[in-house]
Parts: sequence; structure tokens; C-alpha cells
Amino acid sequence: MRDAKANRLDEIIASHSRREGPLLPILHDVQAEFGCIDEAAKRQIAQALNLSRAEVHGVVSFYHDFTAEPKARPVLKLCRAEACKARGVEALVDGAMAAAGDRVKIETIYCLGLCSAGPSAMIGNAVHARLDAPKLDKLIREIA
Amino acid sequence: MVTVRISDDALAIACGADEVANAFAQAGATVERVSSWGMQWLEPLVEIDGKGFGPATPDDVAAILDGSSPLGIGAIAEHPFIAGQQRLTFARAGKTRPTDLADYEATGGWKGLARAREIGAEATVEEVVASGLRGRGGAGFPTGIKWRTVAAAAADQKYIVCNADEGDSATFADRMLMEGDPYCLIEGMAIAGLATGATRGYIYVRSEYPHAIAKLEEAIRRSAHLVAPFVLEVRVGAGAYVCGEETSLLNSLEGKRGEVRAKPPIPALVGLFGKPTIVNNVLSLAAVPYILAEGAKAYADYGMGRSRGTMPIQLAGNIKHGGLYETAFGISLGQLVNEIGGGTASGKPIKAVQVGGPLGAYLHPDQFDIPFDYEAYAAVDALIGHGGITVFDEDADMAGMARFAMEFCAAESCGKCTPCRIGSVRGKELIDRIMARVPRERDALEGLPQMHNAVKTPRSLEDEIVLLEDLCETMKFGSLCALGGFTPYPVLSALKHWPEDFGARRAVPEAAE
Repeated sequence: MRDAKANRLDEIIASHSRREGPLLPILHDVQAEFGCIDEAAKRQIAQALNLSRAEVHGVVSFYHDFTAEPKARPVLKLCRAEACKARGVEALVDGAMAAAGDRVKIETIYCLGLCSAGPSAMIGNAVHARLDAPKLDKLIREIA
Repeated sequence: MVTVRISDDALAIACGADEVANAFAQAGATVERVSSWGMQWLEPLVEIDGKGFGPATPDDVAAILDGSSPLGIGAIAEHPFIAGQQRLTFARAGKTRPTDLADYEATGGWKGLARAREIGAEATVEEVVASGLRGRGGAGFPTGIKWRTVAAAAADQKYIVCNADEGDSATFADRMLMEGDPYCLIEGMAIAGLATGATRGYIYVRSEYPHAIAKLEEAIRRSAHLVAPFVLEVRVGAGAYVCGEETSLLNSLEGKRGEVRAKPPIPALVGLFGKPTIVNNVLSLAAVPYILAEGAKAYADYGMGRSRGTMPIQLAGNIKHGGLYETAFGISLGQLVNEIGGGTASGKPIKAVQVGGPLGAYLHPDQFDIPFDYEAYAAVDALIGHGGITVFDEDADMAGMARFAMEFCAAESCGKCTPCRIGSVRGKELIDRIMARVPRERDALEGLPQMHNAVKTPRSLEDEIVLLEDLCETMKFGSLCALGGFTPYPVLSALKHWPEDFGARRAVPEAAE
């Protein structure tokens, strides 16, 4: 018995059928829609693209953007690359972790391309720059 | 009705440009969202009749409109930061609405493509060869030679791949170009397609750049009829730094793990899906419309030595006046950082400057007279890379930065080759021990009687540093790509110039230096 999710997956796969090398675009869509790429999805995608399940698993596990399990908490991506380090992001990390607690997940990211205006962070597709401790704290508290 | 121009570049938005634009709209002004001038310390920068005000907040709107604002910087085009530049690739920065076709055409757009169509494929390739343009992604390989190789290859399908996986910290020129002048990149790719017989193009953009992805997709849709029969598509990366390496990028495009391929075969002959493929950086491709429109000589007249043309340099990190500074090759590092950049944002003395992103060397203020040139940097074991410059003030801990270089390499290694995958992890551990001043004890294996050659005593700090240098040499010469191969640059340069940060004594300067 196929469920709604499997049908939706088929639709996503079909929508990329005319692309060359469609795996990454498919995985992006699946990740965006279901919040993760689980075992069932891997198998279904593998079958549709005539790949082995191991090949799809290999790709999912390689890239930071894809996860096998849904993220339970909202995520704030904090840039900790060189330019943001030079602008003092490391001094903000402990405070951010404390403010986030168990409610928000602070992920490290390397570079948002806002390197003269760091420290910077990303929530969803929204970017924030020139962060200091109070601004970052406010962002973390307001994140949904 | 007053017209207000505000950038919709991601950095401006991250600094509150949308809120400022809304406030102006509510105050009755006509708001035009344009590309960024690149004076990032002034963002959000508001432009009214050519005069600039920044950085603006919604609270400043009334004062800017009635002329009483203290944020005024005068005429933007005459600001020393802008007036001193030689903007060829970024000629439109700040001046046009990014996805407006009429704006693009009115500022010389499509002239390069028209000329390429007129002179034909072969002459187009030779024009790019004659311009001396070298790969702006970091490797500095002559772009025209790459094009010639692909043009000469026989195949039923060829590809143009734009590497827009701009993962280096301190670099944002690709992002600014894609967001601010997407048609320029599209035109450059269409010219490349025409020159080499490729009919399909892919732009591989990192997923951290959602604004650039949106702009490109819109621009591709709007300009499809102008570049036909060339067909373009945006592909989004998935958070892997190593996919900025060209062969890893090709694997990713094909839907595989972003693992590096061994070269040869070179991508120009066996590239995407095994077909001849041009892989060029955004800035290389975006330099092409100017070269075709104005002629190779006009471009090659800029620059020094074998570094011809201009480089969009990115001033970042702890710098007072950060932003995009496009200028001819040859400018000194000191000029860039002190005169143009205004020194550190914190006001403290500069300790170190990293040029070329996470894989670039740390340069000491003693080296500030070095000219911006591929060969000059290579001569001092440094690289200009993608032209990103990160400034650090005296609070920086260079051993910590060296450790970070290893940590970054460990996090981002694709895992295919051993020096990079394991060397980076061992390097991090080694620097941890050096920083903690606890040299490694002999382990159980080394204590076995059979291990005749094992050292009998615990390693000293000096021994650990020698080991680190050894490890770096192995990574440099044994890694498959630049990730493992160049990670030693930041590590060894930090060790060389700031040995005291590692707890070592400063070495007596060598006579050769």
C-alpha cells in the first residue's frame, strides 16, 4: 500500500526527469519538503534512477545539507570561518549556545560571503550581519 | 517625487536594507533596488541623485530626505574608494537594476556576445588567449588555453560549467556579480559556448547563496531568447566546500558524491558526463564580455608581468573599509589594507593578513610591499587565490588559526586521498599538543623491544614542530587536490612568521630572505 509521501516523492522525481544528473536537485526538494531524506526515500529514489540504495546513501551522507533524520529544532547557522573569526565570532559562541539551550540548534557554517560585515548568521534563507552579543541573542530568542 | 536607490545585495539586506527601503517607500519616495557599489562598511547605502548616505537605518530616512542627515558621503562615484578603482568586470556595480534587461543593454550589455557572433568561434578563442586572462578561481590557468583545448576536442556534446561554489572565507565577488550583474555572467557563458561549440551551460552555486540563486534563475529565464541556442541551468550545491574543486564539482553535478577525480584526464577533454567541458570561475567568465566588446588589448593593457587585466579584490575580516576593490594587478598589499582598507576595524595594529581564503598563506606586515601578482605571491609561498583578503588585528592567535586550517580541512575533506583525510586530523591533534605544551609521550607500540628505530624519549616541542613541518610537506605534495595540498600554506606561514604563538623561539632570519 503506497502512502501519500511515496506518491509525492514520485512527483518530485518525475519533475526532474528531464535533467541530466538529477540526483542532487531531487534530494534538495525532498530535504526541503520532508525535512530529511529517510531510508524509504533513499530506496525509492534509488529505484527510480536505477542506482543502488548504497549510491544514494553515499550521496546523502556526503553533503552537509542533507540529513537522514529530521532536525527537531530550529537551526541558526553561525559562520565561524576566518573572516568572521577576525571579527570576533568566537567570543559570541558560548553566549549563543547558552541562549539556544535545547530549543535552538546552533550549527557551524563556513562562510556566507558577508566577510567584511561579520559575524554573520543564516536562519532559513535569511541572512544577518554585523552581529554582536545582544543582536545574536535576540535572533536566537525570536527564532521560530 | 524623489528616487532613492538602495542595493538588494545579500550583504546590504543582512545589514537591514529591506527595512530602509520600506521606510523610504512609506515616506513617499520611489525606491529602486540596484546592485551594490561594494562599499560594504556603508551598507545599507542610500543613493539620491548620485549622492550617498550610509550606513542608513529606518530612523535616518526623514533626515536623509530633508537633507539634514549627517550620514552623507557626497557623490558616490567620486568617493576615493570608488574613484581609485579600475572596474571592468564590475563596471555596472551600483549603477543598474540587476535583472533589468533594459538597464543591462543600456550599459553596453550583449556587445561582447554580438562581436563574438560576428568574428566567429576561432577568433573569439584567440581574443581570450590574447587578453592574457587567467582563471580567477585561484589556480590562475590561462583561460584562453583551456577554451582552445575544448574547442579543438571533437564530441557530440560539450559543456560550459561555471564554478560559483565560492566557499573561501573572505571572498564574495562571485556572489556580488551573480546578484548584481547576472547577465554579465550569462553573456560570458554564452560567448564561451559559442567559442567552443558547447550548447549547454551549468552554473553551480553554493546553497549558502539563496539570493544569488534567485537572481540567476530570473535572469536566465528573461534572457533565454538572447543567448539561444545556448541553454543555461542553475544547479545548487549542498554545503560541501570541496565542490569548489573542479573535478569534485563535476561529480556533484552528475549527482555523485563530491569526490575529487584524479587528473589527467583533464576536464577540458573528459569533463561533465565524460564530455569536453570548460570549468571556469564566475569572475573569469564575467571578464569575457569586456574582452570581446573592447578587444583583448584593452584588457591586457592593465596589470603586470604575466598577470594581465584586473582583479576584483575583496577586503574583509577586521578591516575598517571592507568591500569590493577591482583594480589592475600590481597593487601592493600594504596599499590595499592600509590606504584603501583604512587598517583594522578595531583600531588595533594589524598582526596578519590572509590572502586567498582558507588555503592561502598568512602574510606578515613586513611583507606589505608585495605586489598583487600570481608569480610574486607564489615566490613567497603564498597565493592570491580568488582575491580575498582577511585582516587580523593583534588579538589573533596564529597557532589557533593554524589549528583551524587543519580543522577546516578535516571537516571539508572529500576523503578520497589519505594525506588530506588523515593528515588534517593528525595535524589538528599535533597543533593541539603544541598549543597545550604537552608533547606526545611514547605510546605502547613504540615501547616494544622490536621497535628499534622508535624514539626512546618523549617528543620535545621542537620535535613536534619538525613533525608538523613534515606532515605539511606530505600533505602539500601527496594530496590529490588543492584542499589538502594548500592547507599547509596557512599552517606553515603562521609557524614561520609567528613562532612565538606556537611557544617556539623566533628563528634567526635566514640569509636567503
